[in-house]
Amino acid sequence: MKVERGLGALTVGALVALPLAFAVGSLALGAYAISPLEVCQIILARITGRDLGVDAMAASLVWEVRMPRVLAAAMVGAGLAATGALFQGLFKNPLAAPDTLGVSNGAGFGAALAIVLGLSGFGIQMGAIAFGLVAVGLAFAIVSRGRASTVTLILSGMLIGSLFSSLVSLLKFVADPTEKLPQIVYWLMGSLSGVGYDAILAVLPLYLVFMAVLFLFRWKANVLSLGDAEARSFGIDVGRDRGIIIASCSVVTALTVSMSGIIGWVGIVVPHLARMLVGPDFRRLLPASVSLGMCYLIAIDDVCRTVSAFEIPIGVITGIIGVPMFLYFIYRRKVAW
Amino acid sequence: MRLDIDNLSFSYDGARPVVDGLTLRYESPEALCILGANGTGKSTLLQCVIGAFKPTGGEVRVDGKPVGAYSARDLARCMAYIPQTHVPAFEYPVIDVVTMGRTSLIGRFSTPSAADRDSALEKLDFLGIAHLRDKPYTQISGGERQLVMIASALAQEPDVLVLDEPTAHLDFGNQYRFVKLVEQLCAQGVGVIMTTHFPDHALELGGTTAVMDGGRIEHIGPAREVVTAENLHDLYGIEVNVERVGRRLVCVPGSLEG
Repeated sequence: MKVERGLGALTVGALVALPLAFAVGSLALGAYAISPLEVCQIILARITGRDLGVDAMAASLVWEVRMPRVLAAAMVGAGLAATGALFQGLFKNPLAAPDTLGVSNGAGFGAALAIVLGLSGFGIQMGAIAFGLVAVGLAFAIVSRGRASTVTLILSGMLIGSLFSSLVSLLKFVADPTEKLPQIVYWLMGSLSGVGYDAILAVLPLYLVFMAVLFLFRWKANVLSLGDAEARSFGIDVGRDRGIIIASCSVVTALTVSMSGIIGWVGIVVPHLARMLVGPDFRRLLPASVSLGMCYLIAIDDVCRTVSAFEIPIGVITGIIGVPMFLYFIYRRKVAW
Repeated sequence: MRLDIDNLSFSYDGARPVVDGLTLRYESPEALCILGANGTGKSTLLQCVIGAFKPTGGEVRVDGKPVGAYSARDLARCMAYIPQTHVPAFEYPVIDVVTMGRTSLIGRFSTPSAADRDSALEKLDFLGIAHLRDKPYTQISGGERQLVMIASALAQEPDVLVLDEPTAHLDFGNQYRFVKLVEQLCAQGVGVIMTTHFPDHALELGGTTAVMDGGRIEHIGPAREVVTAENLHDLYGIEVNVERVGRRLVCVPGSLEG
C-alpha cells in the first residue's frame, strides 16, 4: 500500500515536465527567433561541453539574456505561490497573500530608500530584503504583547503595510523627479527585465533553504489549517510552529520581491488554482503550487516582454489577469470553502 | 491519567477572576460532567486544564507534573480536547482529518504512515462512520462532524477526552447516542471530562458530576446525589423537579402543575 497520500508518478511527472516545457518555450520566444529544438541543443551543448553546431549568437542570447529572466520568473512564481498557499491555510482566509503581513510594502520602502540614497542594484536588493523582514517583525511584535490570534496578526500586518506604503509615498515625494522617482515607481510595479545571474545568486542559497523548511512543515501546515485549538490538541506547538512557517514564508517573499519588485495576485490566484486541482492537502498542494507558480509567472513574463515594443511591468499584468481569475473562482464557488 | 487542580484561579483582565480558587481531583477513565450556568467559567476551566491558559493562581497538575511543563506533543498523549464549535475551512476528506489526530505520534517532520491511516480507519469504524471516510468533512452534517472530531481525538490515543459542551449542537437523537458513546468510551478505558447544559445527560451518564458556580466547584459526587432539585434550583435560579420515570431520573424545569 502506498504510504503517503501524495502524488502519483504521473502527477509528479507532469509537475516537473510542465515548468520545463514552459521554460524551453519561453527561451525560444523573442524578437530573435530560436526554435525550441535549438534551445534544447544549446542547453545540451553547454551541459555536455560538446560542440553541437549551435549558433553562437543564439547561444549567447539564451544563456545571457533569456535564461536569467526565466530562472527569476520561476523562482518568484514558485516562492509567491507556495507562501500564498501556506498563508491562506494558516489564516484560514482565501484572500491571504504572501504580503498580508506587510512584507511587500516593507520591501518597497527598503528599495525606494536605497534608490533615494543612490545605492547600486545589489544595495537596492538588500534594502528590500531587510525592510521586508523589518515590516513582518514589527507586525509580530505588535501582537506578541497580547494574545496572538491570527485575526490580530492580519490586522497588525495590514497596519504595518499601510505605514510602510505611506513612507514610500513620502520617499516618492522627496525623490528627484527626473531620475529617481521613475526608478522607484518602476520598481514598485514589478519587473524582471533587469534581473541577471548576480541578483539570482545573491538570494538563491537562502531561498532554497527556506523553501526546504516550508516543505518540511507540510504536514504540520495541514494540522494548523484545522484551527488553533484543534492543532494544539493534536500536539502542535501552535505559536512556535506557526511562527516558523510565517517567518520562513516572509523570508522567501522578501527574497523574491528583492529580485522582481512587487508582484501582486500570484500568491492568491495560483494556490486557488492548485487547490482546485489537487485539494487542500499541503503534501500535494505545495508541489502543485510551486509547479504552477513557475509556469504562471514564466508565461506572464513572456507576455510582458513580447506583446509590445516596450517592456510592460509584470505587476501590472498579474493584477489585470489575477482579478478576473479570482472572480471566476468566486463565481464557480471554488473560493467558498 | 490523574488530574489535580489546586486552588486554581484565572482572570482575563487581571481584576475579575472567572475561575476563583477551584480545587478538583480526577482520575481516568472516569466520566466527569461539569454543570454550570452560562458564564460561570466552565470553558475557562477546561482551557486551564489543557494548558491553553496560564493560571493566574494555583496549579493544574497532570500525573503530578504542572500542565505548563508539558510540551504540546507530550500533553497530546495524555489528553485530547475538542472545542465547542469547530469551524471547518478546507475540504479535507474525513480520513485525512482523523489521520491528523496521529500527529503527536509521528516524527516531527514526517507524514503519517499506512499504519497511522489504518489506526484512523479503525476509529471511524468504532464510531460507525467508516462510510464517510472519503467525503469532504465540510459536506457532512454537524452530528457527523462531531463524530469525526471524536475519531481524530481517539486517533491520538489519549487517556482522557476533554469536551466543551459536546452535545450543544446535536439533535435529540444524537444527544442520546452521544451520552451512550461516552459510557462506552469510559468502559474501554478512555476517560471523559465534559461540560454540559443538560443535567439529564449527567444523570444518564451516571458518573461523577460537578456543579460549578462563581468560579468554584460547589458540589461534586455521584450524579444522582448532585443532580437534585435543590442544587439545580440554586444553579439555574428556576424551579426544577427531578422525577422518576420508570427506572430513570429526569429533570423537568418549572412547575409540574403546568
